[in-house]
Amino acid sequence: MSQPIKAKHQRLVLVLVALAALIGAGLLAAWALRSQASFFYLPAEMAANPPEVGRAVRLGGMVEVGSIQREADGVTIRFVITDGKARVPVRFTGIVPDLFKENSGAVAEGKRGPDGTFVADNLLAKHDEKYVPREMKDMTAGQARAAVEETK
Amino acid sequence: MLAGSMHGFANPARFLKLARLLTVPLLASGVLLVAASLGWGLFGAPPERLQGDSVRILFVHVPAAWLGMGGWTAIAIASLAELVWRHPLAGIAARAIALPGAFFALLCLLTGSLWGRPAWGTWWVWDGRLTSMLVLFFLYCAYMALADAATRDGQANSRIPSIFGLVGAVNIPIIHYSVLWWNSLHQPPSISMGKSEMAPEFLWGLLASTLGFSLIFGAVVLMRMRAILADQQAEARLRRRAMEGGDD
Repeated sequence: MSQPIKAKHQRLVLVLVALAALIGAGLLAAWALRSQASFFYLPAEMAANPPEVGRAVRLGGMVEVGSIQREADGVTIRFVITDGKARVPVRFTGIVPDLFKENSGAVAEGKRGPDGTFVADNLLAKHDEKYVPREMKDMTAGQARAAVEETK
Repeated sequence: MLAGSMHGFANPARFLKLARLLTVPLLASGVLLVAASLGWGLFGAPPERLQGDSVRILFVHVPAAWLGMGGWTAIAIASLAELVWRHPLAGIAARAIALPGAFFALLCLLTGSLWGRPAWGTWWVWDGRLTSMLVLFFLYCAYMALADAATRDGQANSRIPSIFGLVGAVNIPIIHYSVLWWNSLHQPPSISMGKSEMAPEFLWGLLASTLGFSLIFGAVVLMRMRAILADQQAEARLRRRAMEGGDD
């Protein structure tokens, strides 16, 4: 004769099965969204799979060092966004955010032009996850760590 | 019948004694820690190398995000306890957490918006991280509406908010991993298991303010649980008196 299952154990199994199904569904949805839910294209993605000319997309990556050039009108800038694998030239007219700098993250909203230049009508700055005071910004990582050790 | 109600009452009585004891120390230490760490954040911490003074909002934004997400995690655990073990306090705890959780989720969104304007150049974008956090706030609103309706309808419906609390927990890992799964305007986490990309000036202040806000959160939840229990007792007493009155 089989032991009767306690009601609370039955409920526990039911809830756990439902939860596993739910988490599975959530992960599948996240997996399906992996490219659609991205806020921007990386240069390599744009090079491999270029969006049609004139479609509004976002392009994000690092601003290449030494690539920022101001045009004669004073409000238009040209620069290159790179991810280390591919580089996309960008043109933007307008006021740049404070944190827009060389070798720093940026997201350009705009359209791919016929000549391959990305024409941005909005520019967002993306900062990294590091939080460092001004006094330490010129130090290398090792120097900064040593300075931190000294204060301990 | 009598034994059942006694069993249900035994835990809340012991809980009430403990809650009364803990509320004031939690609240006082939390307020002190928050005052000290926010004072440090505003006047002591140095400006950040790129962001300058706007980084000071970190000391409110990050604890708010942590408590917004932690609050729903607690609701999900309480919902599990309510559904499986029918613990008498679990549903009350989940209901008590919902309002402060919603408050901190909203605070996270508002401070994030204020921070996004100088740092990114925008108040709001429909980015994975920002959108999933907004969804969390809506989930809190829906949970409170459901729990209110279930309370009005009596005990029979307390299972519906519990199921909703468990289902909504799916959003928590989505918020956390949104910046890792998808290209996001929001930077990846600065602090993960045993490793930090923050200078100690920011890290320790942040840990202190997070602990402080969490203590206040705990005190508020205890106070709200006591209020809900008192409400239930008052209602039960009124009902009993009405029945005795009917006998006369």
